[in-house]
Amino acid sequence: MKTFDTLADLDALSRQAVIDLLYRLADDELVIGHRNSEWTGHGPILEEDIAFSSMAQDEIGHAQVYYQMLHQLREADPDSLAFGRKARQFRCASLVCLPKGDWAFSVMRQFLYDSAESVRLAALAESTFKPLAQLARKLRGEEKYHLMHGRGWILRLGDATAESHERMQKALDELYPHALGLFEPTEADEPLAQSGIAPREKEMRTQWESAVAPALTAAGLSVPENTPPIYGGRVGRHPAALAELLEQMQLVYNIDPKAKW
Amino acid sequence: MRSRDEGTKGRRDVAVKDLGTKERRDEGNPSRQSAIDAQSAIDNRQSTIQAVWAALATVTDPEIPVLNIVEMGIVAGVRDSAEGVAIDLTPTFVGCPALEVIRDQVHGAVAAALGRKVTVRFVFDPPWTSDRITDEGRQKLLAFGLAPPRQGSDLVSAGLPSDGDDAAGSVAAGLPRPEATLERVPCPHCGSTDTVLDSPFGPTLCRSIHYCHSCRQSFEHFKPL
Repeated sequence: MKTFDTLADLDALSRQAVIDLLYRLADDELVIGHRNSEWTGHGPILEEDIAFSSMAQDEIGHAQVYYQMLHQLREADPDSLAFGRKARQFRCASLVCLPKGDWAFSVMRQFLYDSAESVRLAALAESTFKPLAQLARKLRGEEKYHLMHGRGWILRLGDATAESHERMQKALDELYPHALGLFEPTEADEPLAQSGIAPREKEMRTQWESAVAPALTAAGLSVPENTPPIYGGRVGRHPAALAELLEQMQLVYNIDPKAKW
Repeated sequence: MRSRDEGTKGRRDVAVKDLGTKERRDEGNPSRQSAIDAQSAIDNRQSTIQAVWAALATVTDPEIPVLNIVEMGIVAGVRDSAEGVAIDLTPTFVGCPALEVIRDQVHGAVAAALGRKVTVRFVFDPPWTSDRITDEGRQKLLAFGLAPPRQGSDLVSAGLPSDGDDAAGSVAAGLPRPEATLERVPCPHCGSTDTVLDSPFGPTLCRSIHYCHSCRQSFEHFKPL
């Protein structure tokens, strides 16, 4: 299959599809990164304060590189993309927008998100679009520790006490349809698949479902069945929580976009 | 899918090879003076490259100040051309807050040593892995009290084979499983492997926290990547 060695090698159709893909990747990372940072200073134990803060730092760093790539494709600069857009212009899934909830909720979200990202990055590491394939390979190495963290806690809390089990199951039931929404197909789905840049969302969803089920079952949790996915994020329809998050995150930028600190 | 990044480990070699090509081309020149000039251009360029590497070795990682960036393995390539000196750095962690500091310091050190135009950019090809840390760098990490990363593991997936008690059962499903690379890390203080992982995240993105049952000390470990 034809490869695209540099950004300049993309034809018009692939270029538009890559831009669509990069916005989804970047916005998911930025928003979950911000949600993770809400545990800084509030983690239930010191190690988890550090873990969520480190993951926040990783995710925001990854978002920045995706935004940088968008900028090279002649979109706005990374700061404007992160701080200068309204909620409806974001392309993140509802999963990452939801408020952090209790710690069981955040840990479960992180596990569902990281396992989906793991499936996605493994596929992108084989992309015909080389700059993205190189980046995906790099990010996989970092993300594996996020997944390890989440999986460890799912196993520990899933069958520890009646209360921990109940909280984890409740979080899973609530989050699962949002996690399925990570695989909402967009108009870019076909062009990306046909040019070998990224697989169809449907294929990745199937892979993800078969990857998370054993881990959840091992933790004594029941995987929700026949749950319809919650879509809308990829076309800019978000829970109200996103606008609230952005209001806080973009506050300083909106007062003075040129401020340096 | 294999890509061209396989062959680019250390652009230093590429630069030297480029000179080799020029040298061979110049061998066909009958003029002795011209051959001498060509040789001297090659010598100049080689000494420039050496001077750049020497300057790079003066830049340390702000978060692990005992290591310089060459020992850390983050210099991916050095090229010398008429436009100036170009340096490629391959970041350890993409979100590492030290990157901009390192970029500025590299720029400053090389520009001061050579008095020429310097460009520094970050690349992901080749991707940095902890196997790029030199042997000397690993010794320095150990002396600093930071356990060096395990080498040679499958650093992307760290998917060590399941040892039978894989409760999560997700190896079969293809999710990476780095747990094993963080178990029984040798303690940098006493060398014991009677150690446990305390947290996969530590004071910087690249470190995990462990506890040694033998000398009863906490220690940090540079995570394999």
